[in-house]
Amino acid sequence: MKIWRRTILILVAFYLLLPIAAMADFSTKSLSGRRGFDSWRAIFQQPDLISAIMVSLELAAIVIALVFFLVVPTVVWVHLKLPRLRRVIEVICLLPLAIPGIVLVVGVSSIYRWISIHISESPLTLAAVYSMLVLPYTYRSLSASLNSVDVHTLAEAARTLGASTYKMLFGIVMPTIRSGVMSGAVISIALVLGEFTLSSLLNFQTMQVEINLVGQSDGGVAVAISLAALLFVFLLLVAIPTTINRKSQELETELA
Amino acid sequence: MNETSGVKFVSAISKGSSASVKLIDIAKSFGQVKALAGLTIEIGPGELVALLGPSGCGKTTALRALAGLQDLDRGQILVDDKDITYLAASRRNMGMVFQSYSLFPHMSALANVEYGLTLKAHKTSSDLRAAKGKELLELVGLSSHARHFPHQLSGGQQQRIALARALAISPQVLLLDEPLSALDAKVRTQLRDEIRRIQLEVGTTTVFVTHDQEEALGIADRVGVMRNGILEQIAAPAELYDRPATAFVAEFVGLTNQILGNVSNGVIEILGVKVPTLAGSISSGAGIALVRPETLKIIPNPTGSGRIFAASFLGASCRLTIDLPNHSRIVAQVPSSDAAQLGAGANVDVSFRSNPIFVKPVE
Repeated sequence: MKIWRRTILILVAFYLLLPIAAMADFSTKSLSGRRGFDSWRAIFQQPDLISAIMVSLELAAIVIALVFFLVVPTVVWVHLKLPRLRRVIEVICLLPLAIPGIVLVVGVSSIYRWISIHISESPLTLAAVYSMLVLPYTYRSLSASLNSVDVHTLAEAARTLGASTYKMLFGIVMPTIRSGVMSGAVISIALVLGEFTLSSLLNFQTMQVEINLVGQSDGGVAVAISLAALLFVFLLLVAIPTTINRKSQELETELA
Repeated sequence: MNETSGVKFVSAISKGSSASVKLIDIAKSFGQVKALAGLTIEIGPGELVALLGPSGCGKTTALRALAGLQDLDRGQILVDDKDITYLAASRRNMGMVFQSYSLFPHMSALANVEYGLTLKAHKTSSDLRAAKGKELLELVGLSSHARHFPHQLSGGQQQRIALARALAISPQVLLLDEPLSALDAKVRTQLRDEIRRIQLEVGTTTVFVTHDQEEALGIADRVGVMRNGILEQIAAPAELYDRPATAFVAEFVGLTNQILGNVSNGVIEILGVKVPTLAGSISSGAGIALVRPETLKIIPNPTGSGRIFAASFLGASCRLTIDLPNHSRIVAQVPSSDAAQLGAGANVDVSFRSNPIFVKPVE
């Protein structure tokens, strides 16, 4: 059994790491076959790319904030107080999964045209449509968390002990569904940083759009950027839950 | 982890404020279903009242209304004669223990107990909070488990922590919503006794909701039997058992034999014996007497008209199923020490003790 497990583990690791190894190999090899980090050094000579990365990171932060302060309280409140609306909210949240990206672009492009004329041309306005895109994933992870514990009774217990709605929500319910909130946040970050279709079709310069542009002129640099982005997102996904965890523990201590 | 550890007496635990409770004509419907249909009940300070009834009788709805977790369609709730009908649950100062333990999973046992006190942080210093938390854990026999998290505790231990948490806020009224029903039989009996002991020690007015009559009769000062959203009868356990006010109470609490007889002048004649009837029984004509198994006198007699169909040994007592000459079958319960000659197939005479019995009309 042990051998089987190890074999499967090695096969899966090989399957997942092979493309990354290939990327590393390609990005460190020049056309003449010489090894070097020219493509990697070129990343820092792309000012548009750095600003695009910053835009994507800011978008991810805004989307996370929207998820935390809008989606999470709404889903929790519907779960606790308006159970009849649960099905409706679920269908609404899952809609972005059913609508193809191109249809979504057609739908929102006229709105974005109006926004760019009357409000702002900033790519950060993409946060509005991105927060819609991440809804299915955040909703599913939150819903699974809420269903796995009897949050309703926990909330009632807190209320009978004298907790206000705010303290009940942020001191009891949120820490209880922390894993769901965390998975929702992590998926949202990954989705925002990897999104290409909407930003490209709406003509915004995000990280993926910029990688695509660079790739058209220099494949080595594009692959180096992609690999760097992959590692960066990986590190971010490890760092963010840890930070959120620590912050929420501080908040719990503060509320307690 | 010793589930059976006893409860220590801790004199430093502050006595709960013993408030009186009045539910006046409270009603609540869920669509077409009437959960409460005008329930009125008065509970004295320091009293432990159990609400007993079948599923759907409204006992939990009444408790939740008292806790402020359920709005009412009609009626009034008074605590110490103060109207709290529309007061938010968080401001009622009522400790509640739920069936599903409901400990906060991200907090240790001590943090759970202290939680209610932390919400009153401006009134409670952290030292006092910690001291009270520890005292309460000692009170429920779990002082060594202060740092354990709920998932590290057994069901019985979790429920004790929940009890300590509810008592920590020195509640005016302690509400127990079927707190023992998720536990196994042995732990249930132990915890039931502990709850009663702690309640007597702390002196808090307590409402205990259960569908288990043994639990209700064993723990309460008075037991209220509910049906269809109203109170059928509320009385001390012995009175409720011996002198049921309605046929429903007689049939719901304890076992009853249904024996046909004729009533006249407050006396029913069954099996040739005249027995006085209880108030609320039919006054004349044919009726069904609801007879407790232990009120039957079974006398061994080889020429007796009854015949023992089956005998079951229950420890201290023995349950006999007896076929009567009129082809009916009754159940009697006699002390095991008297059951030596009462095996299956033995002939017996059946008589009654002089206890008054409830007689309902023939349907």
